[in-house]
Amino acid sequence: MSAVGIIFSNVHDRNIPELTQMRTMASVPYGCRYRFIDFALSNMVNSGIQKVGVITQSNYQSLMDHIGNGKDWDLASRSGGIKILPPHITAFASTSRLSFATRLSGLINSLHFIERCKEDYVVMSDCDVICNIDFRKLIDAHEETGADITIAVKNVVLNSESCKKNVIINSDDEGRAKDIFVYPTEKTGAHDISLNIMVMKREFLHSIIHDSKAHDYTSFNSDIIARNINSYKIMTYKYDGYFACVSSFAEYYSSSMELLKPDVRNALFNIKDRPVLTKVRNSSPTRYGNNSSVKNSLIADGCVIEGTVENSIIFRGVKVSRGTCVKNSIIMQDCEIGENVVINCSVLDKNVVVRDCRVLSGHETKPYFAEKGIMI
Amino acid sequence: MFKKKECVAMLLAGGQGSRLYTLTEKTAKPAVVFGGKYRIIDFTLSNCVNSGIDTVGVLTQYQPLVLNEYIGNGQPWDLDKTYGGAMVLPPYQRQKGADWYSGTANAIYQNIDFIARYDPDYVLILSGDHIYKMDYYAMLDYHKKNNADCTIAVIDVPLAEASRFGIMNTNDDGSIYQFEEKPKEPKSTKASMGIYIFNKQKLFDYLTADEADPNSSKDFGKNIIPAMLEGGERMFAYPFSGYWKDVGTISSLWEANMDLLGEQPVFNLKEPSWRIYSRNSTEPPHYTGDNSIIVNSLITEGCEIYGRVENSVLSNGVTVEAGAVVKDSVIMEGTVIKSGAVVNYTVMDGNTVVGCGCSVGGSKENGEITLVGGGLKIPDGTVIEPGKMINESSLKELTEKEDK
Repeated sequence: MSAVGIIFSNVHDRNIPELTQMRTMASVPYGCRYRFIDFALSNMVNSGIQKVGVITQSNYQSLMDHIGNGKDWDLASRSGGIKILPPHITAFASTSRLSFATRLSGLINSLHFIERCKEDYVVMSDCDVICNIDFRKLIDAHEETGADITIAVKNVVLNSESCKKNVIINSDDEGRAKDIFVYPTEKTGAHDISLNIMVMKREFLHSIIHDSKAHDYTSFNSDIIARNINSYKIMTYKYDGYFACVSSFAEYYSSSMELLKPDVRNALFNIKDRPVLTKVRNSSPTRYGNNSSVKNSLIADGCVIEGTVENSIIFRGVKVSRGTCVKNSIIMQDCEIGENVVINCSVLDKNVVVRDCRVLSGHETKPYFAEKGIMI
Repeated sequence: MFKKKECVAMLLAGGQGSRLYTLTEKTAKPAVVFGGKYRIIDFTLSNCVNSGIDTVGVLTQYQPLVLNEYIGNGQPWDLDKTYGGAMVLPPYQRQKGADWYSGTANAIYQNIDFIARYDPDYVLILSGDHIYKMDYYAMLDYHKKNNADCTIAVIDVPLAEASRFGIMNTNDDGSIYQFEEKPKEPKSTKASMGIYIFNKQKLFDYLTADEADPNSSKDFGKNIIPAMLEGGERMFAYPFSGYWKDVGTISSLWEANMDLLGEQPVFNLKEPSWRIYSRNSTEPPHYTGDNSIIVNSLITEGCEIYGRVENSVLSNGVTVEAGAVVKDSVIMEGTVIKSGAVVNYTVMDGNTVVGCGCSVGGSKENGEITLVGGGLKIPDGTVIEPGKMINESSLKELTEKEDK
């Protein structure tokens, strides 16, 4: 089999507006040293995919900075490799047509990329899927059932908030999709939700895109899947590994904290031959001081820890000074925390400076958030 | 495909480093792990890149596999270039015979063709054995300003230790009038750092002449430098001040690792304007468990710490289980210290498993440093006395003795 990957970098930007003010969903920092897109990219590379198109819409400077030429994912290659697919903006375009607000409009605008590929299959993935999944198994299942489209699903328990941000797919005993609910308001409880990862023949996708262009369709889920749920053979593929669903700021916080559990880390990071790759920063190892105390925390390289850190996620290059206590918090890259500071249930975006003796606190359900680069 | 380069660096990385014992059993000395995530050669390579030198020939000979693999195409140091870059230069077969590199000068002589392709004005000779940060370009400026034929970097050493080094005796203007290899009664404290800049043509002339001399030991310090002095060439000593450490012995390797610790480390890895580059692993961040205690230590990605770590340097992927203690030690990548084991004042190579309740080494205050090789499985409850050097065969002896 040969497959090309497509990643949507801006979908769900609105789910975590705090963190996507200045960046795409794809480049939201996660788990000490990663960005959301690292998981989708690594899944593709680990599944033998050597050509990936990243569809972008807006705010994608940070994403381009992160991806570079793709060498950290072994995607710096002459044939294939990684291609950023920015929106077409021509002098004559009417602005209403510009936005890649949905997956389908992004695909329509990236038709040239799909047309030039020679691979048999296309694997499409959102950028905010925190999981370690083998796409080869997904493609095998797709070939076996002879489906038109195969969608990866996972059974999760939804609450009244999270159900509004997910797509529920009901399927029969053979796994054939029978009904789809796009962002339902009252579907709490255990359901198979779409991971927004799907595979299909490249030619099939090509015909869908042409058809959508002609009919002015905009939504992949509503206009393609829901309309054709009986006429196309749409199969589900049950993924049983770890999956974090990040559909709100509170979920960003809680799923980050889940990384402190060994079984979650093992399911995400420590699968043989399936490493999660990310941009290399050449940080030195983290240095602990004489009076540091660190419990149940995940800490990246390049930090200096002289204070106390508990139940926290500390990104690269963070400094925690003497007498300071950081608890239940997420501190992003290059934050500098002064002496005798108390931080609890907070999320500090990159480059935040906290001066001496400050006290910051939020609550697990509503963590305090400090935006990028501010001084407190 | 070749552009002229002002200066080409030649990095001598073929040394065995026999005084590092089991650490260099399967690896050349420049590829030995240092400071958690680095290898010794990273410092010299990073110095080159940070000094703006982008063509580096790396001469390998002893156990080159790890080193070749590590350097690869030079990408981690931005040395993957269209013109120049990092090039691994092993000895090779010729139409008539094939020779190993028989000395430092001979190694460069055998690669004269490589240097000539870039038509450089200057050649910088380096060794991959030291931990330091140095701007080679400042040294080159000094060389040019003095209109020198050869410039040798020197560092002030204590008079008591000067007899261990090659000592440069200089005039007031920095020009060298005498070179003494390990003098009994040193006249100066300016020790050669083994870093030389030569004008290309002079270097080629002296290398060719030296090669023709059957009695020469084909060494820069022993032959080329004295010959140039005798020939009346303009030779200058470039004074370097700052951290410089030869890590050729287990104790100096341990000391240099310890110099990275403390709130104001003697050697700072975190200088933004002089970054040290290395080939990074792809491991998740390190995790510290509920009962972990980490004091004054360096911890790298992929570590899992549940026990106590004190005054130590841990490479990537090291596990310290609950109840285990690591103190005053250097632990290399992927090693596992099982619960209840105590490792004290030890240098331990990678991928070794220290069984439950083992006791390795003694305290720093009274005892010698202990060395444990890589890839070993030390059975539960084994006691390794302070000062022991443990590799596969000595571990076998030790455990068989205990079985009896």
